[in-house]
Amino acid sequence: MNFITRCYYLFRRVWKSVSLYLVLAGPGLVVMIADNDAGGITTYAATGAKYGYHLIWFLLVLIPVAYYVQEMTVRLGAVTKRGHAEAIFDGFGAFWGWFSLLDLMLVDWLTLVTEFIGMTAALRIFGVPEWLTVLAVCLLMGFMVLNGRYWTWEKIALGFCLLNLIYIPAAFLVHPPIGQILADGIIPNFPGGFNGEMFFFLMANIGTTIAPWMLFFQQSSVVDKGMREKDIPWGRFDTWTGAIITVVVAVFIVVLTGTILHGVDIDDAAQASALVMQTNRYAGTMMAIGLFDAGLLGAICISLASSWAFGEIFGWAHSLNTKIKEAPWFYVSYFFTLVSAGLVVLIPGAPLVLITLFVQVVAVTLLPAALVFLILLLNDRETMGGHCNTRSQNVIGGLIIGTIIVLSTCYGISALFPGLFA
Amino acid sequence: MSIAHAVRSLFAGNLEKIRDINRRYATPRIAMSLPVRLALLALRVYLLLLVGLLVYKFTITLMQ
Repeated sequence: MNFITRCYYLFRRVWKSVSLYLVLAGPGLVVMIADNDAGGITTYAATGAKYGYHLIWFLLVLIPVAYYVQEMTVRLGAVTKRGHAEAIFDGFGAFWGWFSLLDLMLVDWLTLVTEFIGMTAALRIFGVPEWLTVLAVCLLMGFMVLNGRYWTWEKIALGFCLLNLIYIPAAFLVHPPIGQILADGIIPNFPGGFNGEMFFFLMANIGTTIAPWMLFFQQSSVVDKGMREKDIPWGRFDTWTGAIITVVVAVFIVVLTGTILHGVDIDDAAQASALVMQTNRYAGTMMAIGLFDAGLLGAICISLASSWAFGEIFGWAHSLNTKIKEAPWFYVSYFFTLVSAGLVVLIPGAPLVLITLFVQVVAVTLLPAALVFLILLLNDRETMGGHCNTRSQNVIGGLIIGTIIVLSTCYGISALFPGLFA
Repeated sequence: MSIAHAVRSLFAGNLEKIRDINRRYATPRIAMSLPVRLALLALRVYLLLLVGLLVYKFTITLMQ
């Protein structure tokens, strides 16, 4: 076989693998990139403004952390063919099931409000009134779920995920000093020492990387997509890719604000975008567009996570592959959640800052519970069979989860009592 | 059918559904071995403490 023929067959093999991956790609990519939601963008922007490039190493450490936690939901969904909420009801009984479901509803709704806060703030920079943003977003999201199947929804969401990469060219536009980034950001260090404020920022970054809704969303998404046990390796690859992309985007946000806004106090990402615009109009514009996209992606996923969970438990048809007539309650709960969250942002004098604070704390109540249940479910040999957690997975997963529980609890407490860790 | 009647039927239907869900999941499927019991007990204590802190904080905030 000559060289050209060999190249041709190699290309066909690679293309076949890529095509298969493109069919199966989705849940891991979408959930990870959607994790860079409005709250996440604010956290990264504030981190860069506060500490420059010095905490980039910490973000890189979060790649395997996010992967290990989310990978477990892939296995659980592919093997049990049921969502996380239903798995908790079934495994641990009604009390824990209702606790998880109702807490998820509350956290998701509050987080959805913060996504709308981010989206309206981003478009306000361009003079778009809040009511128009809310209306347009609700119509867009309605279109996405009503006009097609899960596959259609997923591919549109992946398109928005691509837009999330806008921070990369934005960061290059401000000509960041690559040498300084490598010197400051790769070796672990704590500028200013390991004090209360540093602790707060580390916890905020962890808290924005692993969110409770992500566990429920990815597992339900795997089920709705129809992934089977033999698709688990591709699901893992999808999750790894998503984890890497999400942290890469986070790093570029830190680089962007670390270059332009180092030493400036940042309250939110919209403020950061407006400030960056004063130095570099294009970079600031891209940052604002990215903030809107982040809020939209978060809203797209979070609203579905709630509806899927509710549908699983109440036995409603709960798939994007069904029409409204076939799954009326699924779509009613989806739109009710979406519209009510959007309307909160339009209420004059609404306590948006308090809501943003409350989200952080209430999420802390759900995250440890969801993580503990996840580990216990993955150790149920009767259900998981050969896909049960191995000892090393339990050790690594247990260490990661234990650390997350401790740190996210401290974060919740520090949000309630800001002076405690000063 | 009046609106009030429709709403009452809706609630009655969903209450019955909730009772059915509670009956269906009354017995946890996962064997409650000692490590599982300890994990769930630790979780309950943890949540009680955290919710207690939340209530304390918001009470203090409201009184101020």
